Amino acid sequence: MTKLKSVKELEALRQSIISRRDAAQTVISVCGGTGCHSHGCQRVVAAFREELEKQNLGDKVSLKISGCHGFCERGPLVVIRPHDILYQRVRDKDVPEIVTQTVVKGNRVDRLLYTDRVTGQKIANETEVPFYKLQSRLIFGSNGFIDPTSIEDYIAIGGYTALPRAFKMKPEEIIAEIKKSGLRGRGGAGFPTGLKWESTRNAPGKPKYVICNADEGDPGAFMDRSLVEGNPHSVLEGMIIGAYAIGSHEGFIYIRNEYPLAVKHMRIAIEQAEKYGLLGENILGSGFSFSVKIKRGGGAFVCGESTALMASLEGKVGEPRAKYIHTSEQGLWGKPSNLNNVETWANVPLIINKGADWYAKIGTEGSKGTKIFALVGNITNTGLVEVPMGTTLRKIIFEIGGGIPKGRKFKAVQTGGPSGGVIPEGLLDLPVDFDELTKVGSMMGSGGMIVMDEKTCMVDIARYYIGFLEEESCGKCVPCREGLRQMKYILDRIVAGQGREEDITLLEELSATLVDASLCQLGATAPNPVMSTLKYFRDEYLAHITEKRCPAGVCKFAAVETKS
Amino acid sequence: MAVREFREKTRQVLKKYQQDKSALIDILHDTQAAIGYLPREALEEIARGLGIPLSQVYSVVTFFKAFSLEPRGRHLIQVCMGTACHVRGADKVLAQIEKELGVKAGANTADLRFTLQTVNCVGSCALGPVVIVDQDYYGEMAPEKVSGMLGNYS
Repeated sequence: MTKLKSVKELEALRQSIISRRDAAQTVISVCGGTGCHSHGCQRVVAAFREELEKQNLGDKVSLKISGCHGFCERGPLVVIRPHDILYQRVRDKDVPEIVTQTVVKGNRVDRLLYTDRVTGQKIANETEVPFYKLQSRLIFGSNGFIDPTSIEDYIAIGGYTALPRAFKMKPEEIIAEIKKSGLRGRGGAGFPTGLKWESTRNAPGKPKYVICNADEGDPGAFMDRSLVEGNPHSVLEGMIIGAYAIGSHEGFIYIRNEYPLAVKHMRIAIEQAEKYGLLGENILGSGFSFSVKIKRGGGAFVCGESTALMASLEGKVGEPRAKYIHTSEQGLWGKPSNLNNVETWANVPLIINKGADWYAKIGTEGSKGTKIFALVGNITNTGLVEVPMGTTLRKIIFEIGGGIPKGRKFKAVQTGGPSGGVIPEGLLDLPVDFDELTKVGSMMGSGGMIVMDEKTCMVDIARYYIGFLEEESCGKCVPCREGLRQMKYILDRIVAGQGREEDITLLEELSATLVDASLCQLGATAPNPVMSTLKYFRDEYLAHITEKRCPAGVCKFAAVETKS
Repeated sequence: MAVREFREKTRQVLKKYQQDKSALIDILHDTQAAIGYLPREALEEIARGLGIPLSQVYSVVTFFKAFSLEPRGRHLIQVCMGTACHVRGADKVLAQIEKELGVKAGANTADLRFTLQTVNCVGSCALGPVVIVDQDYYGEMAPEKVSGMLGNYS
């Protein structure tokens, strides 16, 4: 591996990688994402290795362990290319048959194919499975095609083509392009990315820092993890372009320690990029230098908040500060710092390659591009789903997600994690984008979508989120620390059948105080689960309080003494 | 492990990070991995090595969930309490583990066989409820599967 000194050398390398590869060669791609890992994909990989060796196919067939394909529900997933056959729920004992029948003879193993839930027919091709077919996988789609630990794989599919293009542009032109694309931050708040870059670039002070937020703390969201695990170079490429546009030479990636595979893959990606000279001094002869370091988190939800994350990067307690001065002006070590989420960074190469005009055609008026959602909870097809902004909840949950299992009824969907709110059935035709979700009392958040069926108690869900937030509140400001404790106390009382008539009013008062007076967004958005359940499911609260009854049958009330 | 060994292992970690103050969390992770927990001697060594007050090291250790000031059991059980696992009954699984081990989440068993912890989402939501013992993932957990799972570890 030699350092690439120019764009020409990068292109020559790309051609040589592609020419060494035979497009007709059989590739067995086993999903190695954390979901499939938990399903036992490593045993499947070992079985393939053994079987290929046994049948002397080691040289003819390439075995690839890819990143997350997103269809976690049906894991372990195996895709055979170029036939494009998807096998799901593959066990190690199925492997000899797959090799003999499909790899050698070209036949399908019907019992391992996906069965369409509506028609009952077997579907062989990955692209024809409704779960995949109805998505637009612009950011996430490459995951299934590359080995995330191989920079060659990324280069072969056109990776690092946006970077040379960006180097031909002036930094201001890149920022203008990102602004024009309408890209908004994917971490939750949806702040326009181009504006953030511009204010960091224009802020006085040096050095400037760029930071990638991979501290995905929202329980039920795992798209960032899957991107870092499955396609780390796309995130790195976005960061290098951003750093060049902003005028930064030092970057950090803050990754949750609960994601060991993501840490490992990003570490490998950085090493490889350094070896090829895509990170370091004078990248591709452009004169621009940039280096990136990984920092692991310590397991604190509040570190998703920019100022808390930066405090933690400095080696301090991860507490936020008031943002009278934006981090783009004074962030890490008091210097201008640009923080973007993993998915935001991964969007950047796409925009530079395809152009802002092309990008801005996808999505809605105020929210451009696609968004990856983690579809989880009481849903048939758990997994990661990437759709254009503005896709309706109904389409995501019922067409792509396959609806609610066990013949139960849909009750609500929580978007935005603990900072978001529940959305009831009546709003299923809502087009999902930043502004529409906020209007109905929820938010986009990082893209968690927790589907709940009729057996879910909305008061219990509110209590769950408040309990989570109470534990995760850093304790620096009183409204959040004490307010959440009191809210939890009241909700505990209600689900135990000890609710009082005035409790709803109390919850509403506390909610209003948290929104107005909290120091950071953790506290200011914390009441959303309570306010939204009160808005759409007030009856359930009343049933708990006045009738001592849980309509969903979740809360178990201790025998309440009835006074006569 | 003797006190001297605690200090020695900590110094090795500090060396790896070249006394970089901003690497405090990484240093704590690696020290904990080397020793099993973070004894006072290790924290003192880190404070001295980085030239920061012991109180700052202590405050970071106690702020983040990942760090332990107490020795931990031979096997670490992490019960995912993420939302997806919650709506699929994670609390019942946790209650069963607590019952069988006779300890509450956050504690070690008396024989130091297990440390029981809860974790906020490991992102394996398709398999919920999920329990992780050391490196092993147990998906679609149910109270009746707990006893079998625990039996795999001695």
